[in-house]
Amino acid sequence: MISSLTAERLACARGDRKLFENLSFRVKAGQALAVEGANGSGKTSLLRLIAGFLSPAAGRLIVQDASGDSDDAEERGKKIGWLGHHDGLKPQLTVAEQLTFWAALYRGTANADVLAQVGLARQADLPCRYLSAGQKRRLALARLLVSNRPLWLLDEPFAALDTSGQALVAQLMALHCGQGGIIIAATHDPLGLGNESLKL
Amino acid sequence: MSPFLTLLMRDIKLAARSGGSAFLALSFFALVATLVPLGVGADLRLLARVGGGVLWVGAVLAALLSLDRLFQGDFEDGSLDLIALSPLPLELTALAKMLAHWLSTGAALTLLSPLLALLFNLPPAATLTLFLSLLLGTPAVSAVGAIGASLTLSLKRGGLILPLIILPLLSPVVIFGAGAVSLTLDRLAPGGALGLLAAFSAGAVLLSPFAAAASVRLNLGG
Repeated sequence: MISSLTAERLACARGDRKLFENLSFRVKAGQALAVEGANGSGKTSLLRLIAGFLSPAAGRLIVQDASGDSDDAEERGKKIGWLGHHDGLKPQLTVAEQLTFWAALYRGTANADVLAQVGLARQADLPCRYLSAGQKRRLALARLLVSNRPLWLLDEPFAALDTSGQALVAQLMALHCGQGGIIIAATHDPLGLGNESLKL
Repeated sequence: MSPFLTLLMRDIKLAARSGGSAFLALSFFALVATLVPLGVGADLRLLARVGGGVLWVGAVLAALLSLDRLFQGDFEDGSLDLIALSPLPLELTALAKMLAHWLSTGAALTLLSPLLALLFNLPPAATLTLFLSLLLGTPAVSAVGAIGASLTLSLKRGGLILPLIILPLLSPVVIFGAGAVSLTLDRLAPGGALGLLAAFSAGAVLLSPFAAAASVRLNLGG
């Protein structure tokens, strides 16, 4: 478990272009942070920076947990549950195969309940090429659940989902925060968690 | 199952499923080996003389067909981000992908090679040397190829640049692989050439995961 994630005067540059600078925020366990901003303002870059794929041009990110403070990107990466812009699914593999694969890779547990929870129980043996965009998103959510990580980084979590899917995301996020997890989501829609928001 | 084996099994499964790379590489290898005797003609001594070289070049090109997708597929659909955040270090990720590539192409090509050696009228001793040289040398193709694949993974037409990067690096493998077969034809011991092949493969397999992982890291941040 993480007790907080703190950003201190963070700056991000892609090539010669500065996306943002002097960005500071703190998210504590059980809280969510919505990252808002126009297209191209750096929302995804901020998430990739927290995940450790990008290094900050200035400033630092500190994760505080039971073992103390750490600004090591690799260590931080092992605490992150990632829901990216792309779903990361293979068209040839079935829904159940994908979930088993990711659960084993993340040393999590894949049980059939997770598929039922995201509304894909009947599609378990269907290859992913037959899934709709929304169903793929639901499977990506199931993967997020089995990855069993405390810090969720979500890029447009509501994208491609129908009304019941959006309600599902809201419910899963509330559950995660309720269990002491942290959520940072890049979104254009309100998260509905009584969360703070960060404008880029 | 450990994360390493999990990724290895998934990549083998993907290569074996419809549209996978394993069948493609084997068919390509078989077609090259069938076409060359048709072009060269029925001079049995000439065929035996060129057989080792042709089959080695065919095997390298066949293995190359699927190399550009080694990381690219996972990069494009976002899987590589998720793999990078998993407990499996990127170096072991690269090693698992290399091993999966070798098992689904290099090892399969090696098993098929004695059959194709018949088309070139290779004597049994030379066929055995060909088999051994492919077994010892093709891991280097997958390993050196993984470096090239990681360098070109974010390029749209990376598959075209990849051979330009790695084929020059693979020339020692072809020289010693085909050379071992020639030595056997001349009734000389191929042990030295096979030993050099094994050494090249061992070095490549040991070092390339680090190079490939470093390059994947750069591409994830790009």
